[in-house]
Amino acid sequence: MSVRTESNERVLTVYLDGEIDHHTAKGMREVIDKSINELMPEVLVLDFKDVTFMDSSGIGLVMGRYKELKKCGGELHIINTTPHITKVMKLSGIERLAKLGKAEK
Amino acid sequence: MKSLNKFNLTVTSNSANESFIRSAVSAFIAQLDPTIEELSDIKTAVSEAATNCIVHAYKDTIGKIFITCEIFENRTITVKVRDRGCGIENIKQAMEPLFTTGGSERAGLGFAVMESFMDKLYVKSKVGVGTTVLLKKKLSVRI
Ligand SMILES: Nc1ncnc2c1ncn2[C@@H]1O[C@H](COP(=O)(O)OP(=O)(O)OP(=O)(O)O)[C@@H](O)[C@H]1O
Ligand SMILES: [Mg+2]
Repeated sequence: MSVRTESNERVLTVYLDGEIDHHTAKGMREVIDKSINELMPEVLVLDFKDVTFMDSSGIGLVMGRYKELKKCGGELHIINTTPHITKVMKLSGIERLAKLGKAEK
Repeated sequence: MKSLNKFNLTVTSNSANESFIRSAVSAFIAQLDPTIEELSDIKTAVSEAATNCIVHAYKDTIGKIFITCEIFENRTITVKVRDRGCGIENIKQAMEPLFTTGGSERAGLGFAVMESFMDKLYVKSKVGVGTTVLLKKKLSVRI
């Protein structure tokens, strides 16, 4: 499990890596929330390209960050989800709250 | 249904064991040569059941999680995940999507995942005694 962040003035991009479960989600949450609070981004991009496994703890992680972002009026983009991740995401109805898609350009 | 193969595993309810439990089941099931999707589905469902033992059943304690994984004829597999934790007062309510007693970081979707990723889900529970979750799935025939 690892998290790498990258940001410009408006956009905070978080590259998630490895398996997301209850055990690993806590560390990821801490890193992401720290960056959100520091940068107050207009857009948070969560990149799932290197996520090899996710269960409902991952949904909790995404939903929780959505709520954090709402506080500063930001929006959430979820990109590069593999078929497995997409299947888990779809159960949550998160696509009504966040933009799901490929990486831009 | 005739049983062809089986393993039992008892693990301590440390969150670090979540990945160990789903990997153990996945390695055992590999002998049936499941599709990648079937394997992901089973791993995810097992992860949900095991995590619930750690997060809910043994909320403020450490206890044992008992896992039995069995292969039957017709490529049917079952995974039983049992705890001796706090138990569930109202199973019907607990199984409703989005219901959670776990606070803001939980989605309340664990049972919904188990239900939709497996063919069958049975839940038995008694307050103060513990909970047993049985997951069942028939794998597709590989040519
Ligand atoms: N093994 C268990 N022992 C005691 N209570 C349980 C157990 N499994 C589930 N529950 C109860 O059922 C509720 C729903 O479980 P479910 O897995 O669907 O959602 P969750 O664990 O709360 O959230 P998520 O799985 O999305 O992280 C839990 O909040 C808990 O109250
Ligand atoms: Mg759960």
